[in-house]
Amino acid sequence: MKCKRCKGSAVIEVRRHNAAFCKACFPEVFTEQVRRAIRRFDMFEPGDRILVAVSGGKDSLALWDVLLATGYDATGLYLGLGIGGYSDRSHDAAAAFAQARGTELRVVDLADEYGYDIPMAGRKGSRSTCAVCGLSKRYAFNRAAADGGFDVIATGHNLDDEAATLLGNTLRWNTDYIARQSPALPARDGMVKKVKPLHRLSELETAAYAFIRGIDYVVEECPLVAGNTQLRYKNAMNTIEATSPGTKAQFLFGYLDRGMPLFAGHDEVALVPCGSCGQPTTGRFCAFCRARAQILGERLGPADRAGTDDRDVARWLSDEVLPAEIYGGAEV
Amino acid sequence: MKVKLRNPDREVELHGGRPIREVLAELDVDPDTVLVIRGGELVTRHENVGQDDELEIRPVISGGAG
Repeated sequence: MKCKRCKGSAVIEVRRHNAAFCKACFPEVFTEQVRRAIRRFDMFEPGDRILVAVSGGKDSLALWDVLLATGYDATGLYLGLGIGGYSDRSHDAAAAFAQARGTELRVVDLADEYGYDIPMAGRKGSRSTCAVCGLSKRYAFNRAAADGGFDVIATGHNLDDEAATLLGNTLRWNTDYIARQSPALPARDGMVKKVKPLHRLSELETAAYAFIRGIDYVVEECPLVAGNTQLRYKNAMNTIEATSPGTKAQFLFGYLDRGMPLFAGHDEVALVPCGSCGQPTTGRFCAFCRARAQILGERLGPADRAGTDDRDVARWLSDEVLPAEIYGGAEV
Repeated sequence: MKVKLRNPDREVELHGGRPIREVLAELDVDPDTVLVIRGGELVTRHENVGQDDELEIRPVISGGAG
């Protein structure tokens, strides 16, 4: 197979484009797709401080690499999830990448900072392990970005991730989630702007880019991910893609071009500061603080109730989250 | 021909002298879901693989939400 651009020997085939590329041309093609995503969704400008959520896997390291290579001010943030040797190796990959490029990697450890790790959350909380992991990441990254004065958080979500998420939300008609599935969510009320510059690139492409660029990413899968819903949706879409190349891209890009405007307003909610941590939320306490209270077996409520009337006390009590054991692990 | 598979890591011996797509088909692997690496370089499914070659078949699908 020949490279579409230079007719050299191809190393990666992109079937949805009916094209293949050589080792020299593919990183340029990849970078152009990232540039196109950044421009189209006005993700950030040169000089903006970007916090890249780095897991040590192919997507986040490919994202960090392409942003640094194109001259952006991109700092990495690794969140220690406490998943045994897998987390150790993931951290080492992220740290080695940062050291090789002479760039900064910030590290937040979930257990040190918030008192629990993901295996503990899976055992003691009412959410699935992957759900509480995602919630913890979103919270910790937003907080670190806000505290660090960053303009934007960039995540390595790729085309396959986004298409699978859109499929899941569509199957359930989660119109509020569908409305929010933009590759660029603007900053609002304490939420730092979030962007997904790799959303035009498939998992195969991000892996090929990482390999060609010599990035020593963690190949092993998270040991807790087996049976994950997202994986099932990805497998379903890959089955369709195998006989109809381009279906995933048509589904996602068609949504972004024509579907997303139809759902505008479906996610309109007022954000208020969480009664516990002060981060933005739609209720009295944010989902993170409610989950954390369950995991740690703590009560969540105002520290000082002196000088309040009975109605206020009743309202506070109704908002409290009690330890999961009391509810037998049910969602509160 | 030696084929190294990942997640979980294991090795299998298969016949070479044919296109990589036939090797992937024998292993029931979708070519769009893996990198195929030979001698430290990526190769497409259309390349032929020799009996003495060693291949790594590396999945690209990850289950996390990013």
